[in-house]
Amino acid sequence: MRALVCLDPGPLATIQDRGRFGLQRFGVTPAGPMDRLGFEAAVALAGGTDHAIELTLMGGVWTVEGGPVRIAVAPAVSVRHGAQPIAPLTTVTLQPGERLTISGLPVRGYLAVEGGFDIAPVLGSRAQHLRSKLGWPGRALAAGDRLPLAGPPPHPGERCLPPDAAALHDGAIRVVLGPQDDHFTAAGIATLLSATFQVTVEADRMGYRLDGPAVEHAGDYNLVSDGITIGSIQVPGNGRPIILLADRQSTGGYPKIATVIGPDLGLLARKKPGDPVRFRAISLADAEGEAQRFATRLARLADAVGPAGDSWDRSSERLLALSLIDGVVSASR
Amino acid sequence: MTVSSSVLLPPHRLLPAGDAAVTVEFGSTIDPLLHARVQALDAALAALAPVGLVECVPTYRSLLVVFDPGRTSHAAMADAITAALAQPVAATTQGRRLAVPAVYGGAAGEDLPALAEARGLTEEDVVRIHTGGVYLVYMIGFIPGFTYLGGLDPRLHTPRRVSPRLTTPKGSVAIGGQQTGINPIDMPSGWHLIGRTPLTVFDPERSQRPFLFAAGDELQFEVIDQATFDALASDPLAVPRDLGPVQAGSRGG
Repeated sequence: MRALVCLDPGPLATIQDRGRFGLQRFGVTPAGPMDRLGFEAAVALAGGTDHAIELTLMGGVWTVEGGPVRIAVAPAVSVRHGAQPIAPLTTVTLQPGERLTISGLPVRGYLAVEGGFDIAPVLGSRAQHLRSKLGWPGRALAAGDRLPLAGPPPHPGERCLPPDAAALHDGAIRVVLGPQDDHFTAAGIATLLSATFQVTVEADRMGYRLDGPAVEHAGDYNLVSDGITIGSIQVPGNGRPIILLADRQSTGGYPKIATVIGPDLGLLARKKPGDPVRFRAISLADAEGEAQRFATRLARLADAVGPAGDSWDRSSERLLALSLIDGVVSASR
Repeated sequence: MTVSSSVLLPPHRLLPAGDAAVTVEFGSTIDPLLHARVQALDAALAALAPVGLVECVPTYRSLLVVFDPGRTSHAAMADAITAALAQPVAATTQGRRLAVPAVYGGAAGEDLPALAEARGLTEEDVVRIHTGGVYLVYMIGFIPGFTYLGGLDPRLHTPRRVSPRLTTPKGSVAIGGQQTGINPIDMPSGWHLIGRTPLTVFDPERSQRPFLFAAGDELQFEVIDQATFDALASDPLAVPRDLGPVQAGSRGG
C-alpha cells in the first residue's frame, strides 16, 4: 500500500479540508484551513483533491513507501527534494526512500498529494479539530504516521502555478464593524482602527490574542452568549482584542467589535507572535465585493495550473486567469 | 407564544458579522420567549432553504446565519429572513421533551453531599428538586454536544468550585452557578458533580444520531439504579426516552 510517511511533522501538522459545516448548532467548530488561498493553491496544484496537511513554521520531513507520490506545497516556500531545491509552487514526485524537506513557511503552509489521502471523513469532513479530537487520527500528526494514498500513482510531468499565485496584500487587515460595535465608545472604535497591535504568543488555530492599547467598552462587557463567526474580533474586559479563527468555539459572551473579511483571514494565518497588525474598516458593500472577487480568484486557480516549464510560466493568459492584477489593485485601494 | 402577543414583540435587529454572516438579534437576555423566536426563525429559514445558506446557529437570544458570499448577499439573506419571520409560528416547536436517566450521588456524584449541605438540604431533597425540573436546551456550544440548560431551581444555585477539576468524566451531571449540565466528553470543569448519565451525549460514530440533544429540546432527569446504568452504558445506541414534542407556550416566561 502506498503511504506518505511523516518523519518529522514540524511544530504542528494537521489534516484540513474546507471545513466541517452544518454542525455549529451542536457545538462543532468547522475547523478548515487558516490560509484559504494557500490551501486552494496547494490542492489545485495537486490536481484537485479537497484536503491537505496544514504545516506550521517548519514544514517537517516527509517520505513515501509502496510507490511514488506527487506532492504540492503552497504558498511559496523552501522545498528540498533530497538536497535539490524545488521551484516555488511546483509539484515534485517523491520515490520511495526519497525525502522532502519543507522550511521557510510564512507561518502556515499546505502539503497536498495527487489523489488525496485514503482516510475516512468524520461527520462529513476530514478537517481535524484537535480540541474535540474530530478528524483522523484524532491528534496532531506525529513522526512515524503513515497516511494511506488514494488514487493511482502519478504519471510523469510536473505542474506549476505562477510564483505569486498565492500572494496576499500586506496592507491593513480589512474589517466590517459589528455585530456588537454598539458596545464600544467612539474612542474604542477609533483605537481599533488607528493603533498598531502586536500578535502575542497566544496565537494558534483557535484565535490570535493581540497586544496594544486597550479598546474601550461603552458599558458591560459580559453578554449573554451568542454565535461567533470566523474572523470575529471579540474584546474581553481587559480591552485587548482576540480574533477568533478556524478552531474557535462556536459561541461566546464577549462583545464583538468587528469582523475580519474572509479574503483577509489568510493574512492573519501568515502572522506570528510579535508581528504588527493594523485594521481598516470597509463598508459591507465593499466587503461583499471583495469576497466575490476572492471566490473568483480561488475558483480560477485550477485554470492557472500548467505544466512546469518556462514558456507556460510566463504566459500572460495564466496571469489573467489568476486575476492577480485585480487582487493587488483592490487590496491597496 | 400566542398570536395576540406577537404584535407586542420588540423588533429584531440584523447585525452584520462580516461578509459571510449576519446575526438576527431578538434581545439581550435569557428568556424562553426570546428563545422561542430564535427557534421559529431557525425552523422557517431551514424550510425556506435560500440559495447560499450554509448553516444557522441558534443561541439564547439570536440566530447566527452563515452564508456563502460567493453565492448570495446580505441583501438576499435579509429578504429571506424577512420572509421566514412572516411565516406563521407553528403550534409546536421542533423540540422534543427527553428523559435523561442518571445515577445520583456516590461515586457517580461525589459532590452531592457537600452541595446538599451547602444548600441546607438533604441529598434526597437535591435529587428530588433536580429531577423535578424541566430544562430547556437554549443552545449547544463550547465543545461538541455541551448543552446550555435553563430552568435550574434557585434552591440548587451553587457557586462554582474554587478550584476546577482538570478532568471530570463523560456523562457527569453537574451544577455550576445558576446552571446545570451534562459533560459530553471527559473535560475540565469547575462545576459540582451530583450524578452521571450512562448515555453518550455525543458520539461521532453513532451515524444515525451523533448528538442526542438539540437547541429547543427540553430535558428531564430521572433516577435509575446502578444495574440500569450498567446496562445502558454497555449499549452504544442507548438514547433518551422521548416524552413527545415540546408544546409551544408551555415554557414559563
